[in-house]
Amino acid sequence: MREHEQQRNGPGGFNRRDFLKGSGAVVAATAIATAEQEAQAQKAAAVQGPGKVDVTLTVNGKQHKLSIEPRTTLLDALRDQLNLTGCKDDYDTTSCSGSDTVIIDGKAVYASTRLAIEVQGQKIQTVESLRDGDKIDEVIAGFVKHDAMQCGFCTPGFVMATRAFLNQKPKATLEEIQSGLGGNICRCGTYKGITACALEIAKKGGA
Amino acid sequence: MRPFEYVSPTTEAEAVDALNDHDGQTMVLAGGTDLISLLQRDAVQTQRVVDIKKIDTLKTIEQVDDGVLIGATVTLDEALESPLLAGHDSIAQVIDGHRAIQIQSSGTLVGDLCQMPQCWYFRNGFGVLGRKDGESLAELGDNRYHAVFGNAGPAKFVCASRFAPSMVAWGAKVRVIGPGPEDEQFVPLEYFFVTPRLESQGVNVLKPGQLVTHIWLPKAADTKSAAYEVLESKGLDRPQAAAAVCLQTDGDFVRDARIVMGHVAPTPWIAHEAARALVGQRLDEDMAGRIGDLAVSKATPLTMNEYKVAMARAAVKRSLLRAVGKLDDALV
Repeated sequence: MREHEQQRNGPGGFNRRDFLKGSGAVVAATAIATAEQEAQAQKAAAVQGPGKVDVTLTVNGKQHKLSIEPRTTLLDALRDQLNLTGCKDDYDTTSCSGSDTVIIDGKAVYASTRLAIEVQGQKIQTVESLRDGDKIDEVIAGFVKHDAMQCGFCTPGFVMATRAFLNQKPKATLEEIQSGLGGNICRCGTYKGITACALEIAKKGGA
Repeated sequence: MRPFEYVSPTTEAEAVDALNDHDGQTMVLAGGTDLISLLQRDAVQTQRVVDIKKIDTLKTIEQVDDGVLIGATVTLDEALESPLLAGHDSIAQVIDGHRAIQIQSSGTLVGDLCQMPQCWYFRNGFGVLGRKDGESLAELGDNRYHAVFGNAGPAKFVCASRFAPSMVAWGAKVRVIGPGPEDEQFVPLEYFFVTPRLESQGVNVLKPGQLVTHIWLPKAADTKSAAYEVLESKGLDRPQAAAAVCLQTDGDFVRDARIVMGHVAPTPWIAHEAARALVGQRLDEDMAGRIGDLAVSKATPLTMNEYKVAMARAAVKRSLLRAVGKLDDALV
């Protein structure tokens, strides 16, 4: 065990940098430390946080400047900072039912598996973008038509996953739809409606 | 989630440098499909998250002299589309098996190999050994998803990686860099995973300040490969047992075989004896079943997971048949 602890250099371990920091009284050592730190500062990538940092997100075509900690997930930033509450927090359900699905640069992504700080510069699309005044996306219309929702909690995420899936595979077959949307399936009774909706749109070419 | 620093290096050297600060109490972020939820649950703690997605050398799948190098930020869907992996059937089958476009577009192959156990004791903060007050929760409690091999020591979890069985069968290696700026090694994947006896030993050989940058796979050539995962539900799910095989065949006869089971032990579980028994034999349904029997003959199930032994047997049988294109006939 001792050997292992030494190997891992964990808390309480000893390394050269700590030694140098602790020996400030020795002039020569301080000089070395300063030179080393300068060289490091030039080489190293910038450290951000753990306090609040400026983050710019491009959501539904608009840029938003936020001041958030690096630990803030994209889901929390969207819901708590930008009030885009279409994507749902399914953390408490402990199963990834996909209700937090958003589209980033064209791909379906669970918003709770991304930090807001990492998706700067990428195009983020939430379910709110699928409505433009009275005009609604085909997928939303299809969900209504095929009665594809039960309690509705997962519906926005399911709509986004369906949208992203049909963008990628506009002419998908039933089998492809069923396996492609597996990331949203948990235990609901409305999957028949959802797959019917996706299939109808796919037969029209996915638009 | 506890606060942490965020660093986004653009080179491998910067990444190693960033990982070495805070005495190595740092973590690598790629797709985030595992790490973010671990941090959210406080199952792991870190001073700093090092996001490797801006490092160009990790983004590609490249042909090298003797095989293929897959970078650490290559996602599952990118791997599925790569012509360089077109002959590695078992890997495509596991990607397909993920069934969630969200995981396929974010999750990375290297991240899969490095993911932490799904063991519910670990995920709820009792460590990979799942111990409380000196007792093993996994041994005494609900162990229905735990190990049926390699579980004599304190570790009862199963290796969570879904690509490990197929990649070990292929003889993959991982390129590990750090903790020193010049340190680089290629570790055979078979020796990458660890069955810890102490909590501090972790689940793989990576030490603080190290990261996996690439997976090396041999060229597919004429090797036949297949994987079979036994899944519980139709949606996003994790296998209860799995197997992957790589075969060299001569007509109906097997010249060489590698059989690796997954989700049955703290590491990918290589069925050496069963593979040896298959060499020189004609591979049909009957033989595949007998090899499956042999592969699980030394299983040591815990109190609630004996059912997994039958699943592992079926996974071995079906992956063998799948490799030689006989699975569909057998299932009818």
